[in-house]
Amino acid sequence: MGEVIVVTSGKGGVGKTTTTANIGTGLAALGHKVVLVDADIGLRNLDVVLGLENRIVYDIVDATSGSCRLRQAIIKDKRLEGLHLLPAAQTKDKTAVTPEQMKELCAELKKEFEYVIVDCPAGIEQGFKNAIAGAEKAIVVTTPEVSAVRDADRIIGLLEAAELKEPKLIINRLRARMVKAGDMMSIDDMIDILAIDLLGVVPEDDQVVISTNKGEPVALDEKSLSGQAYRNIVKRIRGEEVPLMDLESESGFFKALRRLIGLK
Amino acid sequence: MLDFISRMFSKENTSKNVAKERLRLVLVHDRANISPQLLHSLKADLIAVISKYMEIDEDALEVNLSSKDTQVALVANIPVKKMKRAVGD
Ligand SMILES: Nc1ncnc2c1ncn2[C@@H]1O[C@H](COP(=O)(O)OP(=O)(O)OP(=O)(O)O)[C@@H](O)[C@H]1O
Ligand SMILES: [Mg+2]
Repeated sequence: MGEVIVVTSGKGGVGKTTTTANIGTGLAALGHKVVLVDADIGLRNLDVVLGLENRIVYDIVDATSGSCRLRQAIIKDKRLEGLHLLPAAQTKDKTAVTPEQMKELCAELKKEFEYVIVDCPAGIEQGFKNAIAGAEKAIVVTTPEVSAVRDADRIIGLLEAAELKEPKLIINRLRARMVKAGDMMSIDDMIDILAIDLLGVVPEDDQVVISTNKGEPVALDEKSLSGQAYRNIVKRIRGEEVPLMDLESESGFFKALRRLIGLK
Repeated sequence: MLDFISRMFSKENTSKNVAKERLRLVLVHDRANISPQLLHSLKADLIAVISKYMEIDEDALEVNLSSKDTQVALVANIPVKKMKRAVGD
């Protein structure tokens, strides 16, 4: 029996889809059987981030409404054994799937997959309610900005009200230089304010954009800092203890850089 | 020394500290689920109670939630116009 994890944020554009794609890719790279569910109906994105946009025939609405069998709607990645995608419908809206259907869907998927990761739409309305309906665990993504952290706080409250206890936090797009200059909230600041456990920190990284351009998640890029950050997050999801990368102090950053280019 | 103080001072005023303080304040309101209507009726009740004892400037009355460190406080600024004469016994 697998587990169902929803990736959510409240505020739009903070990195839910990027996070979902990279966690899925990272888990599959370690040999796990994973399915990523795009619950952002009407704004399909996860397919392009994964580079699978040309392979879609059926989608989540076809599968839940019975227009096709679930198996037919799931796309198998050709590069990574174990990575699968259940795409969102692009022409329907958030009400095309009900929370009950979502629960059934997740229950079905976790019989076959070790990890079912659901990419949640932005907002707190029906799309959010659907996306969390079948989940047992939740990951909240935020960026180090007042509005994103505020929305994360609201989401944490809603998750807890929905019995999704102890959500874990991912801080995305942290800029070490700005934190050091006192112009960006630090990891500690946000943990202090939100009072939840940290799952990981992903730096602001051009490689994320470059890899998204190509449809190859950055978690597969051995040389990038963000790729390393996602691989660490994946290990923590598997229950391994991995220390946080030192992104905040400049020396740590350069140390990591030196290590990456093999200067030790 | 002066340099040290000014450094301390500038540290206090970094934009991240401003962000953190604003966030803290806004979350106090969010979490307490205090709506403007609720604050409004709280104000009205306060006026009714306090007016029994003193004359206050209702228009200048301010009631807000504020947070310092981990403490949340209800801060009311209620200008007193006149004390009522103690009737005594
Ligand atoms: N660590 C990062 N460094 C640089 N760019 C990033 C990083 N994380 C995400 N981005 C970029 O930010 C943009 C938004 O990311 P993404 O689509 O994952 O957000 P989202 O939360 O899924 O958005 P939506 O709410 O619209 O679904 C993308 O262009 C992505 O490439
Ligand atoms: Mg998205």
